[in-house]
Amino acid sequence: MASFTTLRSHAVLLSAENVDTDQIIPARFLKTLDKNGLGNQLFFDWRYLADGTDNPSFALNKPEAAGAAILLAGDNFGCGSSREHAPWALMGWGIRAVISTSFADIFKGNCLKNGLLPIQVDAATHAKLVEAVQANPKSELSVSLEARELTWSDGAKVQFPIDAFAQHCLLNGIDQLGYILSFNDQITSYEAAHG
Amino acid sequence: MAKTLFEKVWKAHVVAEEPKRPSVLYIDLHLIHEVTSPQAFAGLRTRGLKVRRPERTVATMDHSTPTLPKRLQVIDPEAQAQLSQLEKNCSEFGIRLFAMGDAKNGIVHVVGPERGLTQPGMTIVCGDSHTSTHGAFGSLAFGIGTSEVEHVLATQCLLQSKPKTLEVRIEGKLGNSVTAKDIILALIAKIGTAGGTGYVLEYTGSAIRALDMDARMTVCNMSIEGGARAGMIAPDDTTFEFVAGREYAPTGLAWDKALERWKRLPSDAGATYDMRVDIDATALEPMITYGTNPGMGVPITQALPRASDFSVSSERAAFEKAMIYMDLEQGKPLLGHKVDVVFVGSCTNSRISDLRLAAGVLKGRKVASSVRTLVVPGSHDIKKQAEAEGLDRVFIDAGAEWREPGCSMCIAMNGDQLTPGQYAVSTSNRNFEGRQGKGGRTFLASPLTAAAAAITGKVTDVRTLG
Repeated sequence: MASFTTLRSHAVLLSAENVDTDQIIPARFLKTLDKNGLGNQLFFDWRYLADGTDNPSFALNKPEAAGAAILLAGDNFGCGSSREHAPWALMGWGIRAVISTSFADIFKGNCLKNGLLPIQVDAATHAKLVEAVQANPKSELSVSLEARELTWSDGAKVQFPIDAFAQHCLLNGIDQLGYILSFNDQITSYEAAHG
Repeated sequence: MAKTLFEKVWKAHVVAEEPKRPSVLYIDLHLIHEVTSPQAFAGLRTRGLKVRRPERTVATMDHSTPTLPKRLQVIDPEAQAQLSQLEKNCSEFGIRLFAMGDAKNGIVHVVGPERGLTQPGMTIVCGDSHTSTHGAFGSLAFGIGTSEVEHVLATQCLLQSKPKTLEVRIEGKLGNSVTAKDIILALIAKIGTAGGTGYVLEYTGSAIRALDMDARMTVCNMSIEGGARAGMIAPDDTTFEFVAGREYAPTGLAWDKALERWKRLPSDAGATYDMRVDIDATALEPMITYGTNPGMGVPITQALPRASDFSVSSERAAFEKAMIYMDLEQGKPLLGHKVDVVFVGSCTNSRISDLRLAAGVLKGRKVASSVRTLVVPGSHDIKKQAEAEGLDRVFIDAGAEWREPGCSMCIAMNGDQLTPGQYAVSTSNRNFEGRQGKGGRTFLASPLTAAAAAITGKVTDVRTLG
């Protein structure tokens, strides 16, 4: 897994709550054997019109969204299915961090295993960020995972929570499977005791 | 100290616990299907790893399998490639596979319990969020991502932080034509789609005790729609009777020992939960969703909300967006709204009891000519059972399509789908935008309500059919 230390980017604002993984990537695109190449299918049914052209009113299609590595999303982002294709598609498009007031459990876990950082902020901070991004869509946000800190254009800073182990893994690019494999002896003992 | 059902199952599966680290949790049963497993096997190959306990993983094909009778050719080359890959992976790594057409094949969350693989007190995972279904047996069962599928294949373990517990106490007797589906839709309408985030639910109370296993699975299945990864029900005689004699259930002395263990699983008197929600079963009515998430539901006789009913601006915006997508009028009841398609099926409501409910309504009646009705059994076993009971004739005589098992129109990956703008009353679990086909609009409801809509071609209160 790629490590995550710091990130500096403008953010694209997706102002909808309860965005489910069927919106992030519709099920018909799950018939793939690969993790890569899903960026084009991200938010497919919102992003493209019936004739296949870009929907100009969709956030990711606006000129200022180009190059954004941060998604500023609404509450309960990533609810619904367990498809890891959702973080794969977000990363395929170029997103490295998602900011929201809350994330669905499975989605959050999937992000952390792929080097995509879920940043949880309170409602007041979220409202301020939305205002800042609306006022200047190109204004940059800085993320320091080490400091668990988000800084935006006017110098305002906010701390965000993250599980200490997840932080450690992201900072060092540690793959969780390698970590579990290091418990081989304990697993063997458990199996011997439990059959 | 008094422990909850969840705490007992959790504790029995902790392999290692270190400070400030998630626990290493042992997984008893791992279920896989064609859609969320290929990248996990690819990962094993890249790392040169084997499957640690191949006998603890069981595979089925369900998400993209066709359901047209006697025509099981997969016409979609991508779906075919995925199905072939599953076959190759299972054969290479020594995993049992219930392939398409096999007598034991069906939807993953139907097959596990049906074969007796799902047992009380187990930890069960699958790369599918509706794995919560298996919690109906008093197991800790939850959906995982593909990275975690790889972790379980390689180590039979997962890293997990201990979730909080929420007791959902449902007391009283359900009214006429009120089902397990109505219980769970009412709960989600009450707590919202994020109400259970971070929690494992335990459903308790007299209304839950009175449900059969199929109905308990319906309730636990949709725990994830309330944000909870897992929902559990304490095992009791109903559970033991269901498991006894099934193909992979213990027998003889092993059964006696298992039973002794299982009987100790229910939460101890005085055990405490982090949160509690109460539902009065006697006050429940048949439920239906109107919006684009499962929390947007109302009793079928009730008018839809109006934007002005929502005090939080973001909730109001979400409601208005949903009403535009669904093309519905605020403040009006859904009763009488036209329906184009009825779908009876999915891991929520495709079991024999569900089919009996739908058939009970359809018997001797005809489906409205304007409605396309699909009945998709959850497995070949259920299909056989339904045919032995003559339910297939009831469906076919009424004008419904009787299909081969699979996920079908719940996830619309196999060609069974809505066309843009169509309205469906569906017994499945998700009404997200486009879930049942791009541009399609879903009303979630019970098999009874779905069957009633098939007959009239409109959203109908089954209690008024007579």
